[in-house]
Amino acid sequence: MSQLSLTDSDRVEMLAAVGVGSVEELFREIPAAVRFQGRLDLEPALSEPELVRHLEELAARNVDTTRELSFLGAGIYDHYVPAVVDAVLARGEFLTAYTPYQAEMSQGVLQAIFEYQTAICELTGMDVSNASGYDGTTVAADACLVARDVTGRSKVVLAETLNPQVRQVVKTYAVGFGLEVVEVPHTDGTTDPVLLAAASQDAAAVVFQQPNFFGCLEPAPELAAAANEAGALAVAHVDPVSLGVLEAPGNYGCALAIGEGQGAGNYQSYAGPHYGFLAAKREYIRRLPGRIIGETTDLNGDRGYVLTLQTREQHIRREKATSNMTTNQTLLALAGLVHLSWLGPQGLRELGETCLSLGAHAQKRIGLPLAFPGKPTFKEFAVRVPGSARETLAAARKLGVHPGYALGRDYEGMDDVLLVAVTEKRTPADIDRLAEVLAEVTG
Amino acid sequence: MKLIYEQSRPGRRASSLPRYDLPPVEVPPELRREEAPRLPELSEPELVRHFTALSTRNFGIDTGFYPLGSCTMKHNPRVNERVVALPGFKDLHPHQEEESAQGALELMWRLQEILQEISGLDACSLQPAAGSQGELTGLMLMRAYFEDRGEGARRDTIVTADTAHGTNPASVTMAGYKLAKVATDARGNLDLDDLRSKVNERTAGLMLTNPSTLGLFDEHIVEVAKIFHEAGSLLYYDGANLNAVCGISRPGDMGFDIVHINLHKTFSQPHGGGGPGGGPVVVRETLEPYLPVPAVVRDGDSFRLDYDRPKSIGKVRGFTGPFGVFVRSYAYIRSYGPGLREMSEIAVLNANYLLARLRDAYELPYDRLCMHEFVLSARSLKREHGITALDVAKRLMDYGFHPPTVYFPLVVPEALMIEPTETEPKERLDAFCDAMLAIAREAAESPELLKEAPISRPVRRLDEVKAAKRAIVTYGFDEHPDLAGEESSGRQLEAQKGA
Repeated sequence: MSQLSLTDSDRVEMLAAVGVGSVEELFREIPAAVRFQGRLDLEPALSEPELVRHLEELAARNVDTTRELSFLGAGIYDHYVPAVVDAVLARGEFLTAYTPYQAEMSQGVLQAIFEYQTAICELTGMDVSNASGYDGTTVAADACLVARDVTGRSKVVLAETLNPQVRQVVKTYAVGFGLEVVEVPHTDGTTDPVLLAAASQDAAAVVFQQPNFFGCLEPAPELAAAANEAGALAVAHVDPVSLGVLEAPGNYGCALAIGEGQGAGNYQSYAGPHYGFLAAKREYIRRLPGRIIGETTDLNGDRGYVLTLQTREQHIRREKATSNMTTNQTLLALAGLVHLSWLGPQGLRELGETCLSLGAHAQKRIGLPLAFPGKPTFKEFAVRVPGSARETLAAARKLGVHPGYALGRDYEGMDDVLLVAVTEKRTPADIDRLAEVLAEVTG
Repeated sequence: MKLIYEQSRPGRRASSLPRYDLPPVEVPPELRREEAPRLPELSEPELVRHFTALSTRNFGIDTGFYPLGSCTMKHNPRVNERVVALPGFKDLHPHQEEESAQGALELMWRLQEILQEISGLDACSLQPAAGSQGELTGLMLMRAYFEDRGEGARRDTIVTADTAHGTNPASVTMAGYKLAKVATDARGNLDLDDLRSKVNERTAGLMLTNPSTLGLFDEHIVEVAKIFHEAGSLLYYDGANLNAVCGISRPGDMGFDIVHINLHKTFSQPHGGGGPGGGPVVVRETLEPYLPVPAVVRDGDSFRLDYDRPKSIGKVRGFTGPFGVFVRSYAYIRSYGPGLREMSEIAVLNANYLLARLRDAYELPYDRLCMHEFVLSARSLKREHGITALDVAKRLMDYGFHPPTVYFPLVVPEALMIEPTETEPKERLDAFCDAMLAIAREAAESPELLKEAPISRPVRRLDEVKAAKRAIVTYGFDEHPDLAGEESSGRQLEAQKGA
C-alpha cells in the first residue's frame, strides 16, 4: 500500500521491540467474540490511475454547471471562485493541519482566521465572529440557542421566507433545545412587520433572511425593530455577496448576523463542504458557539494569536458548553477570506451591482409575470409560468438550459413559480438564451 | 507579521470582474449600504505573498510528524484532491435533478454501503457535517426511537465514560438529555459495578468510544452491551477511534446500535486547519426510519433522494451533507479495498512501538497493549523537576515535531496522548522517540530549556490568559490599539486537547 511506510524488516524489528510474535497478537485484548473473522466485503483496491478513471466515470454522469447553462440558486450559487483561492488552499501547511491547539505551531491559520473574523464583522456590521459553523443552516440553530440562553425564553420565530432547509434544521435542533418554533407567513413575497411583531411576543429570537429565499428584499430594518420591540434578538440571515450594496445587519438593529458562506469562495460542490458564518454584537461574545481566535502577546511582547474564550467550549466546559462543535469549516472560511480579499471593497460593490443589473435585465428579457411584482430583488427573482414550473424546467433542460428552482417543492400554491438566479458568471447573451428557451417551452 | 489589513492601500485590488453594458439598478435608500466594509485592498502578487507567508508559519502533516492524539493525523493522499476538483463534482449544484446527478448519488450510495460493512450495521446517513454533529444526530435518533415506543419522557438520561471526549457531554446537553458519568477501572475499562448502578429504566443509552481515549479496547464490551440492551437502552459508538479497528472489530458486532464515523480522521479528509469534517451515522435496521432526510437510495440501476420518511428526525444540515468530503473518503477507501485492515494493523503496531520505546522515561498509567494511540503521564517529571506536560509539548516543537494532545483524557494527570497513525515510517517514529527521551533527560538536567521552549517557532509562548481577558477578536483599524509591545504574563491554559 503506497500510503504505508513500513518495510517488512521494519515490522519484524518493531514487533520484537513490542514483545509480540505477530501483528495478530497486538489485538489479543479484544474479546474473541467481537473479533471480526474474515475480510471486509469491499471491492478490490484500485491503483491510482484506476482510481482516477473510476471517479472520472462517476463525475461524467453528473450534469454540472459547466455542461448546462444554469440559473439554479435557492441557497447555493455559481459565483466565480478566483484562482488565488485554489492556490492558497493547496498549501499543505493549511490543508493538512488541524485545529490550532498549539498556537506556536499554528500562527498561520490563527492569523488567517483572525483576519476572517475581521472580514465577517466588516461585512455584517458586527463586533465578533466565530471561526465558522458547518453551513448556513446550522448557524441558524446556533443563533437560536444563543438567543434562548440570553433571553431565557423558549420560542423562536422564523419568517417563512427564510430558506426552507434552514427552517427544517432549526426545527430538528429545537426539540433538544426545548424551543417552540413559530413561522410567520409571507405577504406578497416579503414579511409584514406587523404580522412579525404580533408573533414575536415572548420570543427569544426572530430570524429572517435578506435577500429572502424568493430573492426579494425584506423591509429588514422594520423587521429588526419589531423583534427588538418584543425583547427578542433580531437575527439576519444574509448573503455575503450582497453586502457591498445592501446595508449591514449590525447597522439596522440586529443582534446576530448569520449566513451561508458558499457564494464567497467555495465551489457549489453538490452542497459542501462549505462554511456558515455567525457574528454578533459584543455583548454576546461569551455565549457564542465554536472557535474564536484572539490577539495576544508572547514572552517577548510580540503579537500573536490563540484560540480564546475556550471556557465556552466543550473540551473545557463539557456538558455546560455553549456548543458541542469541535471540527468546524476552517479551510472553507479561509477560502472565504481569500475571496473577499481578492474582491476588496470595490470589487464586492461591483459584484453586487452586476448581480442587480443582470437580474433586472433578466426579468425584462424573460418577460414572464413576476410572482411578487413591485418588490425589489437581488440576484434572484420568482416568475410565474403557464402550468407547472417543474414541467417547464424539464422541457427547458432538454434544450440545454436549467432555468431555475421550482418553488412548489417548498411552498404550497407555488407550483407555477420558478426561482431564477443570475450571478456575475451569466452574460447578457446567456440571458438571451434563457429568454428564448423559456419562450419556446411556455409559448 | 503584518495583518492583511495593515497592508491595504486605498485603490489597490486583485480582482477583475465582468462589467456588462446594462442600466444600473438602485437599491431602495433604506436598504442601501452607504459605508463600504473595510475589506483588504491588495494587488494579486501581494495577496499571494501574504497567504504564502502565513502558510510558512503553520505546521501540517506535510511539514512533519503530527501525533496529536485522538485526531488521526495521517497522510492525505493527493489523488483525492485531484478527483474532488473534477468539474462533475465541484461544479455540481445540489438542486440539480436526480437524473442529472446520478454519479454523485451513486458515489454517496456506495460510500453508505461501505460504511455499513465497516461498522457491521444496516443503514447510513451521510448528512452530519462533523463528528460532534454525528453524535448529536445519534442522540436525536435515540429520542425519536423511544418516543415512537412511548418511552420518550421516561428515558431521559445518557451514560458516558469519564474518559469521554468533551463533545459527548456537550452533545448530551444539546440533545436535551441528562448525563450520568461512569468511572474507569484499574485496567482502563469501564467500571462495571459503577456502570450497573447507573443503568436503569430512565437510561436512553450509552455513548462510548472503543478503543477509549486511553487507547485501550474495553475488555468487557460484550457484558457492557448486554447490560444496556437488557435495560431496553441503546448503545452509541463514538467513531473517533475507528482507525484502530477497521476490519478487526466492528462496532455492530460489539453490540452498538448507532455509530458515527469521522471521515476526516479514519478516511483521510484533510483536516484543513480545523475542518471540514464529515460525521456520517450508521445504524441498526430498527433505527433506519428515524435517519435524517433525504435518504440516498438505489432503485435498480438508478439512484434517488427519498424524502418520504415520516418518522425521520428531520434535517441536521443542508442538502445531503458535505459532498466533497465524501468524494475524498470514497476514493481513499477504494485505494485500500479490504486492505483497510492492514491500515489499522499498522496504526496499532506504530503506536505500540512508540509505547515500548517511551514507557521507561514517562509514566504509563495503564500497562497494557494499546490500540492506535496511548496515554503517558508527565506526573513524575512535574513532581521531581517541576516540568509539566505543557513544557514537554512546547519543547517538542524545538525538535521539529507537532506535540501530542495534552491534558486529555482528564482521568490521567499531566497526560500526553500520542497517536502516530499508520503512515509514518520507522525513522520518523524513532526520531520522535529520541526527542521524547532527550526531553525527559533535559527535564532533569536543564529544565530551563523546557520552560523557555519553544525558541524555534515564529513566536514564543503566547499568553492565553491575556487573550481571554482582553478578547481582541478583530483587527482594530483605528478603534483599538493592538497589543504588540505589551508585557506578557506568560500564563497559558492547561487544557489544550485534541479531537
